[in-house]
Amino acid sequence: MTTDTIITARGLTKTFTVKKAVVEAVTDLDLDVQRGELVAFLGPNGAGKSTSLRMLTTLLPPTSGTATVVGHDIAKDPAGVRQRIGYIGQGTSGGHNQRVRDEMLSQGAFYGMSRKATAVRADQLLDSLELAPLASRAVMGLSGGQKRRLDIALGLIHSPELLFLDEPSTGLDPQSRANLWQHILELRREHGTTIFVTTHFLEEADLFAERVLVMDHGRMIADDTAANLKTTVAGDVITLDFANEEDARAAAAHTNGTLDGTTLTLVVDRGELLLPKLLREVDSVTSATLRQPTLDDVFLALTGRSLREESATADKKEEVTA
Amino acid sequence: MSTVSDTYNVLVRELRPMTRDPFSLIFSLLQPLIFLGLFGPLLIASSDQPVGETLQSFVPGILVMIALFGTGTTGSNLLYEMQTGSHERTLVAPISRSSLLVGRALKEMAPIIVQALVIALVTIPFGFTVNPLGLVMGLVLLAVFGLGFGALSYSLALASRNHDWMFWGIQQATLFPLMILSGMLLPIENGPQWIQVAAAFNPISYIVAAERALLSGDLASMAVVWGFVAAIVLAAVGLSVGIRAMKKAA
Repeated sequence: MTTDTIITARGLTKTFTVKKAVVEAVTDLDLDVQRGELVAFLGPNGAGKSTSLRMLTTLLPPTSGTATVVGHDIAKDPAGVRQRIGYIGQGTSGGHNQRVRDEMLSQGAFYGMSRKATAVRADQLLDSLELAPLASRAVMGLSGGQKRRLDIALGLIHSPELLFLDEPSTGLDPQSRANLWQHILELRREHGTTIFVTTHFLEEADLFAERVLVMDHGRMIADDTAANLKTTVAGDVITLDFANEEDARAAAAHTNGTLDGTTLTLVVDRGELLLPKLLREVDSVTSATLRQPTLDDVFLALTGRSLREESATADKKEEVTA
Repeated sequence: MSTVSDTYNVLVRELRPMTRDPFSLIFSLLQPLIFLGLFGPLLIASSDQPVGETLQSFVPGILVMIALFGTGTTGSNLLYEMQTGSHERTLVAPISRSSLLVGRALKEMAPIIVQALVIALVTIPFGFTVNPLGLVMGLVLLAVFGLGFGALSYSLALASRNHDWMFWGIQQATLFPLMILSGMLLPIENGPQWIQVAAAFNPISYIVAAERALLSGDLASMAVVWGFVAAIVLAAVGLSVGIRAMKKAA
């Protein structure tokens, strides 16, 4: 830990009791985040990302372990932590029957800001987040993207040193997601705000984060830059799709690839030389791709599972239950 | 920041939608007006008493009904905010948990006072007579009752979390028995013994009796004392249960 460390966690653990069974949501989380960093917390749904974030933001008391956020202990001085952080949760922050600007004014008052300072800051944020024309509209009348921008405005009203975002892109269309990230990056450029974001969108972590923390089954399994993580998966990635599982299994038996249904994934050196050879030797390949490793390949190498597919399955389950 | 200023800030936030759109207050008078317009004439027709005397008993009951149903359902707003994420934002803000509950519960007083005042004034031309000081005290009594009952409704919302059915089920299962067993609409005195015993354990019975005494000008009646005792005890219980529930909320 250095003087510029804004988040420190040691052995942070959270267990829940569900139907008399003890479930470990987060186990022994050790974490250091430096002031000004943009850190992405990556993992499939249920990995423990949101539980970790809820402990760091004082929403959940840890079962064991310690954490200091912006110089304040989350267990001993939760009010001190709350005063200095901004939080944008997964849901809609604005009250459905409140008007946009009114909600900003209330939020400023909650943080002890004067009425005048709140009004100035609210108008500034409404302008920069393109919400000014909607200032007197009720939150329930906003679109999904507009609500998300209001969430950001509410999280920033008190100019926090550290901003937590929990799955900020979930439920947004690609254009709104791009727009949201543009605002987050601008904020960081202008104010040097430290940003800690949980996401299961690999591209976001890859493109925007300086450091990626990968979590799975409640444990942190990797902590590095996206580029460094990808170099741990040395070589190129070849993906072969087969007409049937039998042929896929036969091909897998002759390689060190990872088989998932009828798809075989291989990590190799000089993929451009190996791929034509493979296509000559292996039967019933329906399609083949050659590419550089992604964060999904890193997750696959670390856990033996694809993060992209897990997220898609989880999203589908959510859609069904919704 | 102090708990007082936190409570004030929460109260202001809760009052804002009402002040921005006062029509919502008038619209919520629909239920008591239906009772006055449809149930009132039936009650008058079946009673041997003069119209004014029937209204003297009926109107205070309607005022308590406004407070009972208005505050009994108010927890649904918190329930919705818990489910959408807005409540979570306030939990991360540096305001005390008790202020989040008390500020919300205090807001319940405002619509009760406005609505009760409107109903009381509307019925005067039909023969209802009201003692001005009694009306003021009656509004205070309703406000204290609304504070406590609103706090209980918020506690139920906090306990229900994602289970809407639990909130609405308990709310329906309690509001109607409380209303009927208070003698709010029909006198309990003519009912079977077991109903009279049950009514004696219903705090709202005492509030209804006190409201009738106050609006009729019988300010020194023991019914008034018991009514205020019931409302204050209910407020104390409601706030302590509510604050406890809010502190446990995450």
